[in-house]
Amino acid sequence: MSALLALLIDGVIYASWLFIIAVGLTLIYGVMNILNIAHGALYALGAYTAASFGGYWLSQGYPPLGSYGALVLAAVVVGLVVGPLIERGLLRFMYGRDEIVLLLVTYALFLILEDVIKLIWGVSPQLISQPYGLLGTVELGNLIYPVYSFVLVAVSILVGVLLTWALRGTRHGKLLAVVIHDREISQAMGIAVRRYYLATFTVGTMLAALGGALTAPTVSVVPGMGVEVIVLAFAVVVIGGLGSLPGAALGALIVGLLRSAAVHYVPALELFAIYFVMALVLIVRPKGLFADEQVRSI
Amino acid sequence: MMDSNRTPLLLLLALLAVLVVGPLLPQWQFLLTVAIGKGLTVLGLLLLLRTGLVSFGQGLYYCLGAYAAGVLGHYWGITDAAILLLAAALTSAVVAAVLGLLLASYRSIFFAMLSLALSMILYGLLVKSQALGSTDGFNLAPPTLLGYPISGYEGRYALFGLACLLAFAAALALYYYFRTPLGRLSPAIRDNEIRVEYLGASVRNAVHIKYVIAGVLAGIGGALTGMTVGHIDPEMAYWTTSGEFVFVAILSGTGSVAAPFLGAFIFELIRTFAYEYSPNTWQLALGSVMLLIIVFLPAGLWSLFRRWRRA
Repeated sequence: MSALLALLIDGVIYASWLFIIAVGLTLIYGVMNILNIAHGALYALGAYTAASFGGYWLSQGYPPLGSYGALVLAAVVVGLVVGPLIERGLLRFMYGRDEIVLLLVTYALFLILEDVIKLIWGVSPQLISQPYGLLGTVELGNLIYPVYSFVLVAVSILVGVLLTWALRGTRHGKLLAVVIHDREISQAMGIAVRRYYLATFTVGTMLAALGGALTAPTVSVVPGMGVEVIVLAFAVVVIGGLGSLPGAALGALIVGLLRSAAVHYVPALELFAIYFVMALVLIVRPKGLFADEQVRSI
Repeated sequence: MMDSNRTPLLLLLALLAVLVVGPLLPQWQFLLTVAIGKGLTVLGLLLLLRTGLVSFGQGLYYCLGAYAAGVLGHYWGITDAAILLLAAALTSAVVAAVLGLLLASYRSIFFAMLSLALSMILYGLLVKSQALGSTDGFNLAPPTLLGYPISGYEGRYALFGLACLLAFAAALALYYYFRTPLGRLSPAIRDNEIRVEYLGASVRNAVHIKYVIAGVLAGIGGALTGMTVGHIDPEMAYWTTSGEFVFVAILSGTGSVAAPFLGAFIFELIRTFAYEYSPNTWQLALGSVMLLIIVFLPAGLWSLFRRWRRA
């Protein structure tokens, strides 16, 4: 019984982590039709910035609990600085071109950002492990979990709820749906499409950075950490359906549980299982499990 | 497309030139052979690009070919390069024929994503297979040809020559393929698929065949690289390897069947120097070049030649 419980808890924790990263990817695709490979590099950028901010905070001897604020602040700063820079400086010149060209553009961007990170932070690992252990652990049955993992779950739920509210419940969210549905008409009706694109990309960047920032305490932050994450995020959004918010949640849960089941029972199939399901979903339902036939559902 | 019939002649001249210059520059043979291995893979990608498809998973066949050659040598002690290359081509052909059934109906980013997923499946399998060395991969037995060793200091030229011949044959074959009705469908499919269907051709079948050809080329390229380097690992199937091929294909452009080899050569050359002098800005340079090409030179470096010739 406890094995199954452990499997579920591990799966959900992993899924929360995946969701935070993947939801930004799906948001950007849903609105702008850009499959953003650079998302992986933005994730890494978030992790590095968080390590610096958090490290600075702790080295100044401020209350350690505030380091969580530093992590989140890092994500916000990366989003607000890098997001508009990329959207205004590069992507806006590419709108209207083929989706595949945009994929290549973001791939180029990914390569550039990977090295920019190395230029800023060097190649030695950055460590910011304190926030991970700060909240102590909880015992569930005979299993011990760091509380931080559950913070991650809470944050991902919060992100999901906030995004759903922003997209479905606010005026801007509804206008965004109009922009997605028909870019030209909405422009003709006086909606500032440019601003929606800018805002979307900024929020997407912020979410990628948030994923990285919250991961930073649990790993050592090293060059190339985004390489692995971006394919996982692809798997998640493809399984759920590109551009779908509930899809990203479902995809994250499927990948998370699948991975933890594989790790618990057949470790040899860990990676295989994830990409096998990704391929399977693409084969059976190319638009993903949550695809909407008419309008993209974000 | 090609505006003259001089391409076969030029290819032949290039082959002779490289074969003659090769022995004079022994330290370049390794780099050139590896570049040809990648060039073959990119040649397959060129075929797909001309059809309007971008595969982010050619690493699948590149790795598969290398492992087919490696396993034959490792477990059965077969070291004959011709047999190994043939085995690599056959393995890739079979796998591509099966997977092509699925991929043939996908386009744009869905084609890219599915091919990526498939190559990551192979990566996931290889990383966890103890018998094949997991993440470390394994060393290949030194290849031979007709009983003579073709690796090491003495035989290196033979392997280099074999690679050049393969590149020549593949480029020429593809050149003539593009002049067959099936080959001419490529740009037609890219431009307007529905019209091609109305004209009575099956887009699905055409894409399927092109995908298999691309897979076979990548398989041979992978086996060749494996034999040259002497070591193979699952990284060959990782998405970054496939991304590298896409990069070289964009860099070289689809203008000529010779472009992939030139592109791969330039790529390997820059990489060799970049690793030595500035390992931390190498990807930065790659990314910037790629952006510049996409924006200012969408037809790739090869189009520079054509502009220059026209002027």
